[in-house]
Amino acid sequence: MMFVPGNNPGMMADAHIYGPDSIMLDLEDSVTMAEKDAARLLVYNALKSIDYGNTEMVVRINPLNTPYGKKDVEAVVKAGVDVIRMPKTETAEEVRELEAEILKVETEIGRVGETKIMAAIESALGIVNAYAIATASGRMMGIALGAEDYSANLKTNRTPGGAELLLAREQIVVAARAAGIACFDTVYSNLDDMETFRKEVELIKTLGFDGKSIINPRQIEVVNSVFTPTEKEITKARAVVAAIKEAQAKGSGVISLNGKMVDRPVVLRAERTIALAVAAGVIDKEEVL
Amino acid sequence: MRNSKVVTLEEAIRRSGLKDGMTISFHHHFRGGDKVVNLVVDKLAQMGFKDLKLAASSLSDVHKPLIEHIKNGVITGISTSGLRGELADAISHGLLKEPVVFRSHGGRGSAIVGGELKIDVAFLGASASDELGNACGVPRSENAKSICGSLGYALPDARYAKHVVVITDDLVAYPNLPAGIRGADVESVVVVDSVGDSSKISAGAIRDSKNPRDILLAKQAAKVVINSGYFQDGFSIQTGTGGASLAVVKYIREEMLSRGIKASFALGGITAHIVKLHEEGLIGRLIDVQSFDKVAAESIAKDPSHVEVSSVEYASGEHLGSATHALDIVILSALEVDTQFNVNVLVGSDGIIRGAIGGHQDTAADSALSIIVCPLLRGRIPCVVPKVTTLITPGKSVDVVVTEYGVAVNPARPEITEKLRAAGLKLVDIKDLAAKATSIIGTPDPLPFGDKVVGVVMNRDGSVLDKIYNIK
Repeated sequence: MMFVPGNNPGMMADAHIYGPDSIMLDLEDSVTMAEKDAARLLVYNALKSIDYGNTEMVVRINPLNTPYGKKDVEAVVKAGVDVIRMPKTETAEEVRELEAEILKVETEIGRVGETKIMAAIESALGIVNAYAIATASGRMMGIALGAEDYSANLKTNRTPGGAELLLAREQIVVAARAAGIACFDTVYSNLDDMETFRKEVELIKTLGFDGKSIINPRQIEVVNSVFTPTEKEITKARAVVAAIKEAQAKGSGVISLNGKMVDRPVVLRAERTIALAVAAGVIDKEEVL
Repeated sequence: MRNSKVVTLEEAIRRSGLKDGMTISFHHHFRGGDKVVNLVVDKLAQMGFKDLKLAASSLSDVHKPLIEHIKNGVITGISTSGLRGELADAISHGLLKEPVVFRSHGGRGSAIVGGELKIDVAFLGASASDELGNACGVPRSENAKSICGSLGYALPDARYAKHVVVITDDLVAYPNLPAGIRGADVESVVVVDSVGDSSKISAGAIRDSKNPRDILLAKQAAKVVINSGYFQDGFSIQTGTGGASLAVVKYIREEMLSRGIKASFALGGITAHIVKLHEEGLIGRLIDVQSFDKVAAESIAKDPSHVEVSSVEYASGEHLGSATHALDIVILSALEVDTQFNVNVLVGSDGIIRGAIGGHQDTAADSALSIIVCPLLRGRIPCVVPKVTTLITPGKSVDVVVTEYGVAVNPARPEITEKLRAAGLKLVDIKDLAAKATSIIGTPDPLPFGDKVVGVVMNRDGSVLDKIYNIK
């Protein structure tokens, strides 16, 4: 998910050409108070007129308790955004409040239920409430960590190893998995240190995250290379999938591979590997079916 | 030295027999740092000359004092590869009575050899010369004040002009050999404080890019090169100076290392990036008509396999043995490309001259594979258009166009299409690219051209390719 400032038409116009999975147009922190209205208008028109292809479009709105939040919701829902990212989410109640706002606009335009919600958790209270937030609405598609505000709230600083974020990251993954939604890690902002960035992406993949937020197209390649399954992983996953099909064909409930029984977690992991490989464009969808 | 040719500039001009109406010539190896053109033309104006024709290999921002000399009637005609800055702007608005004649570097070489461009007096800046006029673009003493590397564009002038004046800021002891400009061709040597500011030889042209769009373009262009079929051991390559062109070198280098492929030579304007590959042993020889930066200039000074060639040897024609005919791959930039693959590198989308033909026409036509790297949009300006503002390189010379929205292959090269498709590159129709540009920014208003011809674009064979009209 690539962050793009909502007040920069040049960046908004072609953000999709670099091939991010999703683009988050930002109305919140990257836009100054004086430019909130102009940015909202720009983002509205970008969503309406630019052909972003298959890229998932997310807009980060201002909090609902600011003078801008509700206007942001109205504009982006009317523009047909896929996902609204709610910043600084601390309670399930806030999610429900946003849901009500979305429903109001959707009802007005006759497009009920299309807009999804992603909640950014950026405080200790938010982390404590992570599961409640993740399950607050049927529109919830994911939760994400916002590490700058979170580490300030913890009264600590961000470090290259990210020790200060460990609990928050694990809590977010666990809450998302328990709720059956996706989870996304925070941004890494030093563009000149791709090595540390790669290590961080490897870490969050190990922790179980579905993806990473990025601030520059140059980071896309690193994220994709870490998340794209290796040839060995794909071969193994294919074998498992083939074994499933064979078992189904035989009407057998037990799946076996190389003489060993395949457990359900192995099946799930294999399916996820294939899905990631398809998403990364390493293998064709038709090939799998 | 008894037979010394050293005289003052005024004396050199007097001895040259220069008269009103004659043609004087200059090279542009110091690019933005050049001091010779302004120095000489100021002196000519002071001496009362009028109606002179100025034949430069190229002109840039630094030559804006020519505007006054044109207004005063000292200069009444110009031929060049390019124009930039205020001079270009004034000429685009109709400053000069006669149209400027634009030629490619190879085209200028052919015109000099063939006699269509007759030079009466050549004023050639050099970083070192002895008293007989053996002159070069690299330092030859501890007192050296400048460096520009190859003097490739000055060599035809030195050989074919009726009278040659070498202008140097470091007079060294005879013999200053080897030297591209030979004393036998030189009539006078003039010593001045400075012929050029070497720190500006790469100004304006060379950028090392972290711009994600340039990187994307470069990666795509590198994929085209690598999968084109021409990327084999012993291949040859020329790259330009745009951010994307330079970045391509980086990605090609990685692939050369991983496949164990080496290039036999690199041609053209030589950059630090190309020198690096040469020094790593990945490129055999550097054939250098102009050194695009200080690293390249320093390399040609010390490395015998980094060779200076004239613009004729570089790109003039098959019968002249030009290197472009042996060139496999060239990567070029563009201001505009149209749906017929025609390219414009000279006139901006505002109708104002802001570039140079350089070796674009020559290398695109002669190379086995020409790749144009060009963003679809520059801000609000479309770069893939239905029809180029000015035709510089005809579409039949252009094989592949790389944009950030996709790669288009000239339908005349189906075998390239096939190879790139097989390698998994997503190809697009160039008409779809133009339509995409229009869909994003709309159709620009037509340019307010007048009916006065301010420039004539020559084809390499000496025919007229296009005309540039004044902009209102």
